[in-house]
Amino acid sequence: MSKVRVLVGTKKGAFILTADGKRKDWQVSGPHFAGWEIYHVKGSAADPNRIYASQSSGWFGQIIQRSDDGGKTWNTPGSSPEDLKSPDGFPKGESNKFTYEGNAGTHKWYDGSQHPWEFKRVWHVEPSLTDPETAYAGVEDAAIFKTTDGGKTWKELPGLRQAKGHLWQPGAGGMAVHTILLDPKNANRIYVAISAGGAFRTDDGGKTWKPINRGLKSNFELPDPDAEVGHCVHRIALHPSRPDVLFMQKHWDVLRTDNAGDQWTEVSGNLPTDFGFPIDVHAHEPETIFVVPIKSDSEHYPPDGKLRVYRSKTGGNDWEALTKGLPQKDCYVNVLRDSMAVDQMDPCGIYFGTTGGQVYCSPDGGDTWDAIVRDLPPVYSVEVQTLK
Amino acid sequence: MIRVILPFHLRKLAKVDGELELEVPAPVTVRAVIDAIEESYPNLCGTIRDHDTLKRRPFIRFFACKEDMSLEPPDTPLPEAVLKGEEPFLVVGAMAGG
Repeated sequence: MSKVRVLVGTKKGAFILTADGKRKDWQVSGPHFAGWEIYHVKGSAADPNRIYASQSSGWFGQIIQRSDDGGKTWNTPGSSPEDLKSPDGFPKGESNKFTYEGNAGTHKWYDGSQHPWEFKRVWHVEPSLTDPETAYAGVEDAAIFKTTDGGKTWKELPGLRQAKGHLWQPGAGGMAVHTILLDPKNANRIYVAISAGGAFRTDDGGKTWKPINRGLKSNFELPDPDAEVGHCVHRIALHPSRPDVLFMQKHWDVLRTDNAGDQWTEVSGNLPTDFGFPIDVHAHEPETIFVVPIKSDSEHYPPDGKLRVYRSKTGGNDWEALTKGLPQKDCYVNVLRDSMAVDQMDPCGIYFGTTGGQVYCSPDGGDTWDAIVRDLPPVYSVEVQTLK
Repeated sequence: MIRVILPFHLRKLAKVDGELELEVPAPVTVRAVIDAIEESYPNLCGTIRDHDTLKRRPFIRFFACKEDMSLEPPDTPLPEAVLKGEEPFLVVGAMAGG
């Protein structure tokens, strides 16, 4: 029987939640890396026992952790004695070294001046779909890095920042590559999304990138609502069977594209508010999508104190509230952009975590919900592995 | 032998308990001690000082013999008591405040 492993990153450590296919009885492991901020934890599709985690701290900076046994034990990549010696005998310890390529240049700063690019942390790790040793890291200040040696070393794909990076300007939440989507049908195509930067696509494996923001309108965030870059994209998602169809939760507005981002159309429809952070796609129904409406950019909690996931079975525009098992009064949590995921079971399971420390699971495609855990630290990210 | 006390999170990361005891070649300076820490525990590279600039991370402090050596030039010699092993060199995570 299949089982699921839910990987949860929080403000104070990582947690691993496991259950069988019924998804009713859960075991909780953690905190791993207790006391550290864990922005993201994600397993490799090519080897489910290979899991990468981004661990960071305001004091000690960035750490990359890797498990090769499904999360039981962890090590910083390349920390075995033989790994740690370079040919001339000196230790390396470079698994947390994220250095921008060449002359890093500048981006736009709050006062309109140009400001040097400065690495702050890894927001998102996206393992390759085919090679456990290869993964991509989305970082703040916005850039994408790649490892081909299991995380021992990372090298920037600098072409992304050449896609008008000098015009990107951080918002209050920072300026980070927070979403990386790998096209399962075209190994050369990757999509990324950047807060206060927009969405971008490469069709040559990361050498060159282009903005894909036509159709986005940011009337209250940008002086030019139709600007080529600078939109605050909160999250994008795709279904593996149709990688040209993307869904987006922008700062305001939910949108879709049917041509790989060349043109976007708003599909907010009857949502009570179209502000929010996560968006995801049902594992078996490519037109079924999920969002969590949040009241506004000034009030980061659900409208009316009611935590509601909204589901559209028509790829947007027509939305229904999913409430069974979710708090419908006095709920003022937020759901962050990387905190929603789906499993591959049938029926599909939907998961999301909150800033109040709850992780909710719906084992029936969103119809009913229950909390797996209720009192974790604020949840930064949720990923799911479906295991044989 | 130089005695070094790391903060909790770096001890956990390095998988060590208690003090470190490190051979540090003369002249024993802040820079030389951090070099020795990183050579023995490479996964601490980047956690105390920047990989590239080698500047101390902003919320890391260096204490020795009741003195804050954080702002001293990195080639400042450490006090005699640290060299003799009578006093430890402390790597400290700055107070969070609040």
